[in-house]
Amino acid sequence: MEHESVPLYWRNIPAYYRLVARRCKRCGEVYFPPVLKCPRCGSNELEDVELPQEGELVEFTVLRSVPTDFLKQKPVILGLVKLGPAKVLGQIVDAAPEKLKEGQRVEVAFRRVVVDGKYGLVMYGYKFRPRP
Amino acid sequence: MSRVGIVSWGAYIPRYRIRTEDIAATWGDDPQRIVDMYLVYEKSVEGYDEDAITIAVEAARRALRRGKVDPKRIGAVYSGTESKPYAVKPISSILVDALGLTNNAFAVDMEFACKAASDGIIAIAGLVESGRIEYGLAIGTDTSQGEPGEHLDYSASSGGVAYIVGRDGVAAEFEAVYTFNSDTPDFWRREGSPYPMHGEGFTGEPAYFRHVVGAAKGLMEKYGYKVSDFAYAIFHQPNGRFPMRAAATLGFPADKVKPGIVVTHIGNTYNASALMGLARVLEMAKPGDRILLVTFGSGAGSNAFALKVTDVIEERQRADVPKVGEMLDDKIYIDYATYLKNRKMVKLFE
Ligand SMILES: [Zn+2]
Repeated sequence: MEHESVPLYWRNIPAYYRLVARRCKRCGEVYFPPVLKCPRCGSNELEDVELPQEGELVEFTVLRSVPTDFLKQKPVILGLVKLGPAKVLGQIVDAAPEKLKEGQRVEVAFRRVVVDGKYGLVMYGYKFRPRP
Repeated sequence: MSRVGIVSWGAYIPRYRIRTEDIAATWGDDPQRIVDMYLVYEKSVEGYDEDAITIAVEAARRALRRGKVDPKRIGAVYSGTESKPYAVKPISSILVDALGLTNNAFAVDMEFACKAASDGIIAIAGLVESGRIEYGLAIGTDTSQGEPGEHLDYSASSGGVAYIVGRDGVAAEFEAVYTFNSDTPDFWRREGSPYPMHGEGFTGEPAYFRHVVGAAKGLMEKYGYKVSDFAYAIFHQPNGRFPMRAAATLGFPADKVKPGIVVTHIGNTYNASALMGLARVLEMAKPGDRILLVTFGSGAGSNAFALKVTDVIEERQRADVPKVGEMLDDKIYIDYATYLKNRKMVKLFE
């Protein structure tokens, strides 16, 4: 699989590391991943907001056929998590699929997301895990 | 003005564990003999997508949360590790962005085998004392290496702990610090070598005991402390036996040492070893308690600290942050094959 380029990863660091979203100053809608222009009201006046570190697992699915970057981590649990005003898609780690429940509390984890081979960049970012 | 000290702390232990008996079964060792020798029953193992950087971020986030410290007020972040994911590229700059510190926080990776994180604490205390920074973050983090089938395979483990040092809201004051260092060939790893080597016969007496006991004795003599002045004594924990023997040599009864022993259930987390013991003791300490902390790094050296717990400790203990005691019990057992996979000890292209 084609990795995200180093410059693109670097530009996304606030979103990947700290879940920095964008809030529309006119209508209040919060977007993650961040957007430059509000798709709802068209305003381009938006501000950075950090999403909370804890939320609710809305739904999840278990992937057994995965992109090459995740081949060594099968099965990959992909979850949709409600974090305050936003819903964020991310990998659920340190969890057995049969024990996960929709609606349960999860927290943000900081993990390796993509490793570019033996010599390339290690790209870090958010994942989620059940709240201990 | 109050003394400089520990304002807050956070610990992180990966959830995966491997039992000593499962390692012994793979390599044809007698598990009972190994457990008797090291007093390590199981050890922590990082997840496949964890490393010393992710562990540092988790521990530091918990320290910030426990002390309700605004990341923008952190003026320095010093990380001590001997398992850097990159040979060249700092951990500390990643921490600046992952924790939301300002770009003007001093950021340094420290190296002195398992002692570096405690050197970070000392350096940060100096920055706070001089008035250059308000708060600083010192982190010990490791996913320590051991050659499969070799002795270190039974103890080298993964974990991290972070301390916020400052003058405002101190939960444990630094009363005194003392150091003891010498060129000792007990343990090393050359550039490009995947696993460390150790010098035959150097590990115990000339390395661990000489430096740990030397630093603790020096601290107590210089500042006039007696054993009875301390409620707890915490030592670097390469196995379960060494800290107990160092304590006995110094005259500490076992009940002052045992609360800070974590190696028996997570192994040796290297830069987080004694500091994880301290985190556990801070979870149970009472205002007025004095704590002796002695770290050790191969090569070799020790730092000894005398800490005095303040009233603020109770508020810190109530914080909604996972405790070391809880993390010791929150675990997923893995087999030796999964252990090798998580630690990338099978050849992979990733
Ligand atoms: Zn809008």
